[in-house]
Amino acid sequence: MPWDRNQMAERAAAELEDGTYVNLGIGIPTLVSNYVGDKDITLQSENGMLGMGPFPFEGDEDPDLINAGKQTITELPRTAYFDSATSFGMIRGGKIAAAILGAMEVAENGDLANWMIPGKLVKGMGGAMDLVAGVQKVVVVMDHQNKAGESKVLKECTLPLTGTGVVDRIITNLGVLDVVDGGLKIVELADGVTEEQLRDATEATIV
Amino acid sequence: MKKIYGSAAEALDGLLFDGMFIAAGGFGLCGIPELLLQAIKDAGTRDMTFASNNAGVDDFGIGILLQSRQVKKMISSYVGENKEFMRQYLSGELELEFNPQGTLAERMRAGGAGIPGFYTKTGVGTQIAEGKEHKDFDGETYILERGMFADLSIVKAWKADETGNLVFRKAARNFNPPAATCGKVCVVEVEEIVPTGSLDPDHIHLPGVYVHRIIQGEHEKRIEQRTVRKREEA
Repeated sequence: MPWDRNQMAERAAAELEDGTYVNLGIGIPTLVSNYVGDKDITLQSENGMLGMGPFPFEGDEDPDLINAGKQTITELPRTAYFDSATSFGMIRGGKIAAAILGAMEVAENGDLANWMIPGKLVKGMGGAMDLVAGVQKVVVVMDHQNKAGESKVLKECTLPLTGTGVVDRIITNLGVLDVVDGGLKIVELADGVTEEQLRDATEATIV
Repeated sequence: MKKIYGSAAEALDGLLFDGMFIAAGGFGLCGIPELLLQAIKDAGTRDMTFASNNAGVDDFGIGILLQSRQVKKMISSYVGENKEFMRQYLSGELELEFNPQGTLAERMRAGGAGIPGFYTKTGVGTQIAEGKEHKDFDGETYILERGMFADLSIVKAWKADETGNLVFRKAARNFNPPAATCGKVCVVEVEEIVPTGSLDPDHIHLPGVYVHRIIQGEHEKRIEQRTVRKREEA
């Protein structure tokens, strides 16, 4: 059986090193915080916060306390607030150890597309371009194929790029792939998924 | 040095003109200058360009100025929450310049600090880099982005003293300090004006030198995405 959303998030959590500051994107990446276990991880929210806590209890919502997905959240004893320029200073400056992000397409050279579908979806890149350009390690978590069954792991991205050569590791429902010289390298297969199945579902070069 | 005004309309008197460029603080609906935006709508100023991370929602924030067709151009990083925005943009009525969020914040900060341009690796190899100067430093490629100089800054803070020293609250700080610095004039709305001397000078987030006019008012502070967890039974 391929991994479900929670299993993908659990696998992605294993990428995070104890004692680091990390940024989690919207969607499956948000679930990663449920699986950090005993590791001491500080979550950055790029709207201006380090030390993001869980959702508030009903009735405790504070309009001044939201995350980058505009959801109400809480603070922790370690929390620090700062302005947006400072927030992206720490992102661009390489102080954030890892970003775990969703994607529409990833290419074998590490190119990432996750912000725009021309003529269809015009929402904007938000902080994604700054994150992929600045953080030390970029991990993409996404389904291996789109709803039409086409590979999202490509030789070349077809959508407008978020960054070039920025992705280090790809975690999908079928397994884990690293971006290496000449293409992608299989690091791990999801439970019950064969190498052949993963190769068949992948358009990119697997070395 | 009189900085305190009686209303948003009074505080904006003489500052608004058609075709002007305004930098606004806020992230989503959090920490937006909602009273000043309403007053700008009431003033009927037209053909404005707004630098603001987001464009509000249909009936709140900058969205109210889109409804009344007072905005010519938005400079933003993410506009996904506003249907009227999408409609005007796709029909060609509204210009849009996407800036990566960190580039937008830094353009404001740089402008406020007298820096007309800076190099960043954000956006290299993407649409954002098209037409921009590229330069290599230590083997890595960067693009030139411009500092931002606005006609007017409108921001929201939690508290101000009578000299304009500002304190923000939690994640409502966001774009407000950089936006405040990059305008020729900065108008601030706060929840409370406190006597000068009552704020700890070590805890001022933005010094009053950046602030020209202040109003105090009641804020709706709308929540965009209310997310909660269940209280466990005791």
